[in-house]
Amino acid sequence: MAIFVIGVLFKVWKYAMTPAPLKIPQTPAPVGAGGVPVRVLSEVVIFKSLFKSNRVLWLAGYLFHAGLLLALLKHFRFFFPAVPAGFGYLDTLEFYPGLIMLAGLGLLFLMRLVVDRHMFISVMTDYFLLLLLIAIATTGTFAKHFFRVDITQVKEFMMGLIAFKPVDMPTQVMFIIHFSLVLLLLAYFPFSKLMHAAGLFFSPTRNQVDNPREKRLVTPWAVEKPEAIPVAEEAMEAST
Amino acid sequence: MADNEATVTEEEPKVLTDLEKVGEPAVPRKKPKDVHGDELTGSIKVPKVEENVANHKPYLCKPVTMEKLGFPADLREDWHDAAIAKMADLLKKYKSLQVYMDICVKCGSCTDKCHYFIGTQDGNNMPVARAELFRKVYRRYFTTEGKILGKLAGAERFDLDLLGEWYSYFHQCSQCRRCSVFCPYGIDTAEISMAAREIMDHIGVGQKYTNDIIAKVHDVGNNLGMNPKALKATLESTEEDLEEETGQKIRLPLDEVGAEVLMVTPSADFFASPHVESLLGYAKVFHQAGISWTFSSAASEAGNFGMFIGNYSHMQKLASRVNDAIREIKPRRLVVGECGHAWRVAYSFWNTIIGPFDTLDPKYKRPQHICEFTLDLVKNGGIKLDKSQNDHLVPTMHDSCNVARGARMGDKPGGQFTIPRELIKASCNRYVDMDQDTIMEKTFCCGGGGGLLTDDLLELRVQGAMPRMQAFSKVQETHGANFIALICAICKAQFTKILPKYGVSMEVAGGVHQLIANAIELGAKQ
Repeated sequence: MAIFVIGVLFKVWKYAMTPAPLKIPQTPAPVGAGGVPVRVLSEVVIFKSLFKSNRVLWLAGYLFHAGLLLALLKHFRFFFPAVPAGFGYLDTLEFYPGLIMLAGLGLLFLMRLVVDRHMFISVMTDYFLLLLLIAIATTGTFAKHFFRVDITQVKEFMMGLIAFKPVDMPTQVMFIIHFSLVLLLLAYFPFSKLMHAAGLFFSPTRNQVDNPREKRLVTPWAVEKPEAIPVAEEAMEAST
Repeated sequence: MADNEATVTEEEPKVLTDLEKVGEPAVPRKKPKDVHGDELTGSIKVPKVEENVANHKPYLCKPVTMEKLGFPADLREDWHDAAIAKMADLLKKYKSLQVYMDICVKCGSCTDKCHYFIGTQDGNNMPVARAELFRKVYRRYFTTEGKILGKLAGAERFDLDLLGEWYSYFHQCSQCRRCSVFCPYGIDTAEISMAAREIMDHIGVGQKYTNDIIAKVHDVGNNLGMNPKALKATLESTEEDLEEETGQKIRLPLDEVGAEVLMVTPSADFFASPHVESLLGYAKVFHQAGISWTFSSAASEAGNFGMFIGNYSHMQKLASRVNDAIREIKPRRLVVGECGHAWRVAYSFWNTIIGPFDTLDPKYKRPQHICEFTLDLVKNGGIKLDKSQNDHLVPTMHDSCNVARGARMGDKPGGQFTIPRELIKASCNRYVDMDQDTIMEKTFCCGGGGGLLTDDLLELRVQGAMPRMQAFSKVQETHGANFIALICAICKAQFTKILPKYGVSMEVAGGVHQLIANAIELGAKQ
């Protein structure tokens, strides 16, 4: 858990601190600052570019992420002493976010196996992450619907963790597996492509305003005078 | 820039040096006359993935040019360490590179979007696979995941074989950014291929065509290597031709201090065909509008190949010639001619790398695209166009990649699409657009952009042009389209070369201002 928080924060800090010396919005882009949040949110909320590109892939990705969001919202009851206002109704809806996730994940996995282009670019860690998520969704669904876990016990355990006052872990096998896999996922998160969740907001092609003629972009390392070609000279010194 | 002639140097059989291992293709290059385009059916099909079928490699840059540009003359002894050090440097300098290294989930969205993949079938030409060549090294040396898991995480040691793949596939990217349109995170392969070329230059692996041209501009001032005297002579003889054709004294001024407009255009416009037709268009527009203008021998090149090799300093130094010209000419306005990547550099980068343009009149955009300039005149009656002069033509617009996805015209997003089209429609009675998936922000590169416009990559250029050719052949079939309107010097040179390879007449390609030149009413002005 600590790895997750510190790792993600460190990466976000790194992304934020790395300069973007040139205007590289992928045009047509918003010409005013107000348009940028709209553009970025349209990617976050409806996966606009993916929709433009490939509807099957969009459906697979969207099902998974939507399922994940619903599942996370439903988990909120474990993290707050009282269920936050507005989240309560989620529990009354007897839907199966885990199954929505699994449908999306299954389709994503299948595409890697049957589409030759996707097969070509996939390596072990790509399959591993999908399998890990599939395992998490499956155990979660089982814990909820088939091998019922004692919810009050889980809640006490979680609240204990959050308050740094550990209480005994619930002993149902399904919970232990589910919980361990989630911890594994979180620990792996900052070191993996899962960082797309945060990195997306730092993508210069999508978060820059298209106004280079109106507003001069200046980045400290990039204002040296052109007479010197410092990078090149360094290389020469090093090579001689 | 016109194509440079491929010179084949005969070498005796010998053990290849490391540099040659990196730079020589496994299968010898085809002779230009043996290269042919696919059959034109009007449809673009996503091909089956093949492995290592496109091992195209451009000629290596000569040691003397490398040194001139401040790069090592030969592959450095310590190239491996130097490459990793340079990568670390770039990761700190470019947010794009740092973020794009980490966040690709390999969803596959971009896999069928690259014209070079569609044209070559080579799996490594899928944008994500191309970027993976870079990420393999990044993961191995810069990530915990890659250091621990190695190949399982797609991490690899940077060795000569991998460097050879870099040299091949990062020179099969025209940096057109089509993939980034379809990426859920906007990952821009152009940024990655620029960084890769920058790293390769810094360890002594340069590309001949691009680096020769950069050296030529530093020395002489333009991509064609025309000195001011030759330039003056060319412009004068073109003026004479113009007078013969029109009966009017239409000028092509050079270095005229105090002119209202400083015109910076790709040097190919000065005499390559069909580029020069657009040059006549500019001249007629300025003449008829009665606006004084001039070219500059200091800034006789709008193109900036420094961008192609991802080298900030060279890009800045090349662009600084425009500042020299502004100091000398003291114009009130700065206008840029028809050129795709040049407009991206001018529009998006000039203000940062050589700005601010405080001496120019803020009433006008600084800089302004020639299409913006001409359309304003059409709208306010400064020039009149007689559409019937183009009645033999059914034009269609090929959006240049760098203009479409890396720049803008006008005040509104997408002005880069509407403004050239408005100009074409103002000068022609007929017009047809190609398939929506192949124009505007989804436009296909001509196949010769990004520093690949060289005969040693001719086969790749023909393959990469295939999607555009299919889309064109469709409107040729359905609407009788017979003119591809262009706003880019590289597109013009590329199409002129590859159209015949697809059995289409090269006359079909021409500039937007070529249409203006045909239609403009000269003289009688009330």
